[in-house]
Order: sequence, then structure tokens, then C-alpha cells
Amino acid sequence: MTDTIIQAEKLTMGFDGTSILEDVSFSVNAGEIFIILGGSGCGKSTLLRHLIGLQEPMSGKIVIDGRELTGADAAQREAILAHIGVAFQGGALFGSMTVLENVALALEEFTTLPTPAVHWIARAKLRLVGLGGYDDHLPSQLSGGQQKRAALARAMAMDPKILFLDEPSAGLDPITAAQLDELIVHLSEILGVTFVIVTHELASVFTLNGRVVMLDKQAKGIIAEGRADALKNDRSNEAAWRFFNRRLK
Amino acid sequence: MTPKKPTRKSDARSLAVASMKIARQPDGICIRFIGRLDHRTSGRCWRKTLRLLDRQMRPIRIDASALESADGSGIALLAYFKEFGRANNVPVEIEHLAAPLAALLERYLEEPDVEAVVPPPALSVVERIGKLTVELVGDVCGQITFLGRLVLAGMKTIFQPQRFRVGDFLRFCELAGANAMGLILMLGFLFGLIMAFSSAMPLRQFGVEIYVADLVALALVRVLGPFITAVIVAGRTGSAFAAEIGTMKINNELDALAVMNLDPAVFLVLPRVGATLLMTPLLAVAVNFAGLVGSGLVILSLGYPLVTYTTHVQKILVGTDVAVGLTKALVFGGMIGAVGCLRGLQTQSGPGAVGIATTRAVVTAIVLLVVLEGIFSVMLYYLEI
Ligand SMILES: Nc1ncnc2c1ncn2[C@@H]1O[C@H](COP(=O)(O)OP(=O)(O)O)[C@@H](O)[C@H]1O
Ligand SMILES: [Mg+2]
Repeated sequence: MTDTIIQAEKLTMGFDGTSILEDVSFSVNAGEIFIILGGSGCGKSTLLRHLIGLQEPMSGKIVIDGRELTGADAAQREAILAHIGVAFQGGALFGSMTVLENVALALEEFTTLPTPAVHWIARAKLRLVGLGGYDDHLPSQLSGGQQKRAALARAMAMDPKILFLDEPSAGLDPITAAQLDELIVHLSEILGVTFVIVTHELASVFTLNGRVVMLDKQAKGIIAEGRADALKNDRSNEAAWRFFNRRLK
Repeated sequence: MTPKKPTRKSDARSLAVASMKIARQPDGICIRFIGRLDHRTSGRCWRKTLRLLDRQMRPIRIDASALESADGSGIALLAYFKEFGRANNVPVEIEHLAAPLAALLERYLEEPDVEAVVPPPALSVVERIGKLTVELVGDVCGQITFLGRLVLAGMKTIFQPQRFRVGDFLRFCELAGANAMGLILMLGFLFGLIMAFSSAMPLRQFGVEIYVADLVALALVRVLGPFITAVIVAGRTGSAFAAEIGTMKINNELDALAVMNLDPAVFLVLPRVGATLLMTPLLAVAVNFAGLVGSGLVILSLGYPLVTYTTHVQKILVGTDVAVGLTKALVFGGMIGAVGCLRGLQTQSGPGAVGIATTRAVVTAIVLLVVLEGIFSVMLYYLEI
């Protein structure tokens, strides 16, 4: 039996009283790569923001690692946040800090490690994502793909149990995107981290080879769930089949 | 990240400890890691390691057989030993490390794919003075060039009036003028009140406090009204222009304009400068009016009837005074709008850039304001207006 690390129950989410997704339920198993797939604007980022507690759902419940996130007080929230790392869609690196300082920030604030150790660990994480040597660059001196990788390194700084990545490979060239996807798979294998990855890139979905939930704007919810290859060949689910096979009709 | 995945309970994790046993042997040093090595527990081990490696050049053997688990930070400690060995030619061996942890260690030790960047050397005082001077001269030249571009753009739109962005212009008029009206009226009123009150005191000693009316009216309409208005417009609107255009620059929107062959001077600057050019004199009129009301209130409170006050004001103020004040306001307004846009267009990259552009817009506008006021005074003196 696998243990569930994230449980979402009947989530309804939206802005200013208008819902974007309704009655969304799913669960994520510890150690798996969980993919949230869907066309642009269907609410993938919104769902992610709810899962990391930046937005409260209109109704429903989220449980992360045995703790309820919805309606949690400050202390409970802190306990949950200590076990998750997030890389945002645009990277969201702190522009006034070097790449190394970005990665080292949380380690400096939350651990008692001596400074040389913090710097060494941060440097190691940067090497892990293929950014060794870029320590003293400012985020503005990095390319888009490098910024995404630096954001991934920052998200991993505290070795969280769950990593949330919003469109990690979007906007990258196929090679860089594939490298990043391979990196994620590799990290998941050697570290046993749970990945929750938002994407709309089909190629990524196949490389990551995780369990997929597919969101849809019209349906305002999940229209398909399963492995990518299964969804690609399942003609009974019209909308999902069209998405996976790039068919308009 | 707990690779071996024993208990995933965090309470168990907080109880966990890691320790390292150092044994000095004839052929080198043997280090045994015991327990769970993660970013919470490895602080002591790190300090021990840093002390040890500070004065140590003998071969190191690390025994990881008693290592229950490790996270990314823990493995980074092992990588640190390896890297130390590589840099100092000391043999470092790690034994009995679980396979996934060894794979992670491998990745940490991969050679970086670029050289580290070297920060540029610091400048000497002389170099810095020279650099600042060159920058200052360049800045003044830039302002003059910009003025030229603006005039050209203005002339272009006179011949092609359909290219003037009327919608934007009206929006900026609202932002710079209508939205500032409340603030302007309040400040003008208080300013008139304060001026009248503080000049009434000394004038009363001579029994001529009614001349407060003449003093305030003349000073306000010719000099202070336009000046106060300009300072407020610089702080409210000039800074907003710089911030808005600066943000556009950071988002590459200016590049987008350039490749669409749209001139930012026409597209962005003219509507803004037009708005401040038109609105500043109007706001100055409002300041004058509110100021006169304020000083009138003081005169009334001194026991004079209203009609005495209005007669004095009417007698002392002639058309040229009003014209002088409004001309100044017009020039100030144009200058503030242009400086705000220029500083916005000059925004550099980086996170603080928009803030710097905004500051520079306000500072430059106020400096130029004083310079222009000086030029006006000299001119008016010689023209005997
Ligand atoms: N702050 C906001 N206020 C109102 N609506 C928003 C906001 N952010 C996003 N939306 C809307 O929510 C929908 C989903 O957005 P998002 O989650 O960002 O989509 P995506 O799946 O591309 O990540 C979109 O239709 C968008 O217009
Ligand atoms: Mg999104």
C-alpha cells in the first residue's frame, strides 16, 4: 500500500465569487511524479496556489502530509511549509540577490549550519541542476531556462518532501526542456521526493511518465486521470484523447 | 528528501541526531558517520569538519555504513570532503554509501560548465570622479537631445494630428489634473493661510496688516503658486510617468514599440507631456484661488471687511502678474512631464531600476525647477515685467 501525501477533497476555487474549478478531488502518493495537465487558462496555476496555501478554496479541503492546510493557523501552516518547496512559473528569483544567495536564503534563515556549509550546500544544489559556476550571477544575467533551474535549486534548498513546479519546462527549447524533465525524473529516483508538476507540454508529460490529472476549462474540473500513454490511446475520453493527439476535431 | 525512507514522521525527524566519530590511524584518518544526516542535524558535523579540514593533509577514509539516511544537505557534507581532497591532493575515500546517495554525490561532484564570474575591479577615487563627470555631461547632452526629439515629435504630430493619442492624453489629464485637484486645493488654502498669518504678525507692529493682502496675492500668483504646483506635479505625476515607462522598459514593451516602428516620443511621451503642460497651469490657478481664500480668511479674522481685502487684491494684481505665473506653470509642467518620461526611458535593468528611475525623475525635476525659476527671475528683472 502506498501512503497518500496530498489529499484534495471537493475543492472549488475561483476569484471574486466566480468559480474556475469546481468539486476537484484527487490524491497524490508519496514519492510519485504527479502531473496536473491542461490547456492555458484552465486553472492549473490557480490549483497549485491552493495546494501551497497561497489561496483559500471557496469550499473543500486540502490535507498535506497528514495536516489539514485549509483553515490552518499560522503554526500549522509553518509546519506544512517546512516540508514543501515551490518553483513558480516565472522563476520568482529575488532579483537583488545572486543565484547562490537565492538558494542559500532559507538555509541561512532556518538552520544552524555554519556559513561555509550553507554556501557549499547551496553550490551543490546549483550543480545538481546544472548551474555550477553561476553562483555570483544575478538572476537577470541568466537565460529563461537557467532561471527556471535556479528556481528549482532554490525550491530544493531545504530538501522538502514535496516539490511543486509550475510549468518547469514551458518556454524552453526541446533539448533544455528534456534535460530538465530528465533531471526531475532522476531527482525523484534518487531522492524519493514527491513532485507535483503543472504543465501543458505533451513532451514533458511523456518524459516525466507520472500519473496525470487533466483539467478542462469548460468542464471546470478533472476530465481524465491516469498514465499518459493510456490516455493517448483511450478514444472513449474524447477531450483528453484530442489533447494528447493534438486533434482539433 | 529522505532517500532510504524510514519513518516519514517529522517528530521522529526532530529527535534524530547525527554524529561523526574521528579516528586517527597511522595511514590517515577514519571518519564514521552515524545516524541521520540532514540539514537539521548536520550543524555539529559541519563545524567539526570545518575545524578538522582546517589543519589536515592526511588521507581520509569515510565509513558510511552506520549512516541511516541523509538528505541533500547531508550528502553535500560528504561532497565537501571529496572536493577538499580534489583541491588539496588529499586522497578521500567514501565507503558503504547506499546507492541512491552515491548517485546524488556523483551529481554534486560534476564539474561546473562555466567559469565563475569575476566582479569588476573597484575604481579609484580619480577614476570615479572622471566617470561621474562624463556621466553628468552625457546626462545634460541626453536631456538636450531628448528635448530635440520631443520638439520633432511634436511637429510631426502637428502635420499628422491623427497620430496623437487622444485617449491616452485625456487619461493622463485626468491623472495629472483632475485627480490632483483635491490635494492642490487643500495645500493652496493652507499655504495662503500660513503665509498671511506669519506675515500679519510683523506687519501689525506698523499697523499695516491689511497689506498682507497685497503681499500674499503678489507672491502667490507670480512665484509661489506655480512653484508649489510644480513640486506637487513632480512628486505625483512625474514620478508616476517614470515608474510606468520604466516598468514598460523592463517588460521589453519599449523594444516591442521599436520593432513595430512606433516612436516612443510620439507614442508615450507626447500625450504625457501634453497632459502636464496643460494641467499644471490649471492647477496653478486652483492653488492661487485656494491661497487667496486662505489669506482672506486671516484678513477677516483680523477684523477687516471682505471688500477691503478684495479691493486690495484687485488693485495690486494686474494681468501681467497672472500671465507671468501661468507662463511659468506652463513651462514647469512641460519640463516635469518630459523629465519623468526621459528618466523612465533611461531605466536600466535590475530589480531596483524602476525605483531609481522614479527618484531620478523627481530629483531632476526639482533641480531644473529651481534653475528655471532663477532664469525667469533674471529675465523678468531685465524685461521689467
Ligand atoms: N488574480 C486573478 N483574478 C481573476 N481571475 C484570475 C486571476 N488569476 C487568474 N485568473 C483567471 O483564472 C483562470 C485560470 O488561470 P491560471 O490558473 O493562471 O491558468 P493556467 O492553467 O494557465 O495556469 C484564467 O481564466 C484567468 O483569467
Ligand atoms: Mg499557469
